[in-house]
Amino acid sequence: MPADQLLELRDLRFAWRRDHADVIALDAFSLKAGERVFLYGPSGSGKSTLLALIAGLARPDRGGIRFAGTQLEALRGPARDRFRADHVGVIFQQFNLLPWLDVLGNVILPCRFSRLRAERAGSVQQSARQLLAAMDLDQAMWSRKAGDLSVGQQQRAAAARALIGAPELVLADEPTSALDSDRRDAFLGLLFEQVASAGATLLFVSHDTALADRFDRQVSLPEINLAGQAA
Amino acid sequence: MNLLALAWHSLLNRRFTVVMTVVTIALSIALLVMVEQLRTEVREGFYRSVSGTDLIVGARTAPVQLLLYSVFGLGSPTNNVSWSSYRMVADHRSVAWTIPISLGDSHQGYRVTGTTDAFFEHFRYGDSQALGFREGRAFDDLYDVVVGYQVARKLGYAVGDRIAIAHGGGNVSLHEHDDHPFSISGVLAPTGTPVDQSLYISLAAYEAIHTGWRGGVHRPGSGLAPDEARQQREQLVPEAITATLVGLHTRAAVFGLQRELNDYAPEALTAIMPGITLQQLWRITGVAEQVLRIVAALVVITGLLGMLTVLMTTLNERRREMAILRANGARPWQIAALLVFEAGLITVAGIVLGVLIAVGSLVLAAPWVLDTFGLAVGPSLPEAWQLGVLGLIALAGLLVALVPATMAYRRTLTDGMQVRT
Repeated sequence: MPADQLLELRDLRFAWRRDHADVIALDAFSLKAGERVFLYGPSGSGKSTLLALIAGLARPDRGGIRFAGTQLEALRGPARDRFRADHVGVIFQQFNLLPWLDVLGNVILPCRFSRLRAERAGSVQQSARQLLAAMDLDQAMWSRKAGDLSVGQQQRAAAARALIGAPELVLADEPTSALDSDRRDAFLGLLFEQVASAGATLLFVSHDTALADRFDRQVSLPEINLAGQAA
Repeated sequence: MNLLALAWHSLLNRRFTVVMTVVTIALSIALLVMVEQLRTEVREGFYRSVSGTDLIVGARTAPVQLLLYSVFGLGSPTNNVSWSSYRMVADHRSVAWTIPISLGDSHQGYRVTGTTDAFFEHFRYGDSQALGFREGRAFDDLYDVVVGYQVARKLGYAVGDRIAIAHGGGNVSLHEHDDHPFSISGVLAPTGTPVDQSLYISLAAYEAIHTGWRGGVHRPGSGLAPDEARQQREQLVPEAITATLVGLHTRAAVFGLQRELNDYAPEALTAIMPGITLQQLWRITGVAEQVLRIVAALVVITGLLGMLTVLMTTLNERRREMAILRANGARPWQIAALLVFEAGLITVAGIVLGVLIAVGSLVLAAPWVLDTFGLAVGPSLPEAWQLGVLGLIALAGLLVALVPATMAYRRTLTDGMQVRT
């Protein structure tokens, strides 16, 4: 595996149930450190499943996932959970934040589960405030309950949460699908800035190819996923 | 600590449902604690009332009945003990002291007891405590009356006040001994026993006010004028009394004397040991107590099942929340622990609130118990075994939470970062 490679997937096979057909059948896929990759494909093409495999939430039936020198598939469940907490930030499509926590509480959430990220963040509260400010979220919003924020504000807070403690990889699962085009562009701009600032790799999943040009590389999942082709 | 903080915030978010669940559990705990505390307090109150008495001797009757009417003013005597039989008991070589009592009169619904100075000297309550006077002294004049603490407090009496005694019991009496006005010579210190709810006059006075009465009716032209009665005080000896409390030189003699009195040929007597008779009473009331306990336990189980229902109902609504936690590094066991923590917080809050409600209710119920049984009951800290039961209930709350926790654990494993239905 080349030194600048963060993630490498080889001969990956996965089905949600043993008696079901494979959802993911990838021969090879990799991400370089600091790279911004746009992964696209229609609904049901296995995008979220691939993210779950990379995040260690699911274990491949076959093949290997090498992440920053660690073979993820060789780790047991709790170790994969710890690995994810330490090295991966996640942004969802919507309902990204816990509605009963305030914005700051949501942003520092990963540091509650990862000592490594808490250490990297230094002062967790301070780091969360800096990230929220960098994501252009008004200070008056920080102490509000997440449920009181607009979708756009929630997405920016979710991006701050994914970036706290400088994880090596940020997974974004269609985070702009609920935003209009102006807000979507503004969000992407802020996200790129902070990902670059943290030195993280971004794997951005979407079915909206209009965004693709803004990324370093574009990958069509149906083209590399043999399972999708078979379907 | 992190998980606890998350559990706390999550609960706050669902505060209405959570408060309702806590109140449900609290009410069930309150019922359980109240049943136990009232039971314990009432039992202790009964034991406190007869702590220094070795035997109670009355006419032939059921032991429990004799105990209830002679000491607690519950029920009525059916027969009397002749004065000669009383003297036989009082003069017995094993007997250290006796407190004769004559019942049948009342004042404003409170029981009037005819007795002797021996009552103030020998009667013991609680931890062998002697009676004390809050104000005044025992009998001096024939028409002196000593009133219990609650009687004085409720009726606003003080030493020197003059009162009339009514013939018969109850609040309303058609026949008053108003031709023999009594003067309050003393007010007893509080005891938390039926003593507080009684008035005490001398046996001679009791005899004086009943001279000329036959069959519960005063015969016109008969009887003694007060001054006349004072002059004949030494001769005013009753023909019979209701019962007598007996203290022995040595407790070892109690069984022998009891048997002797129960076999007394000239008159049918019943001699009882108060402690043992109370045990008989508890056996009678025990069935009802057990039923109450079972009902209370069922209510607690219902409360816990209510919590389970609430947790299960919210589980579906919270799958997205759990997926977010998982994506941010939470392990499945931490998600499960979150639910167990929540259930623990709800149960413990319910238990604490329940104990407080029970204590508050006991404070409110105390006057009723005092009026009905003459027993001073009050809130007290749960005993060690009761704390153990409350601990077990808290544990049961955690065990109940294992059901939704296990479901959440399994779902978070299959859901991953998105909710799969």
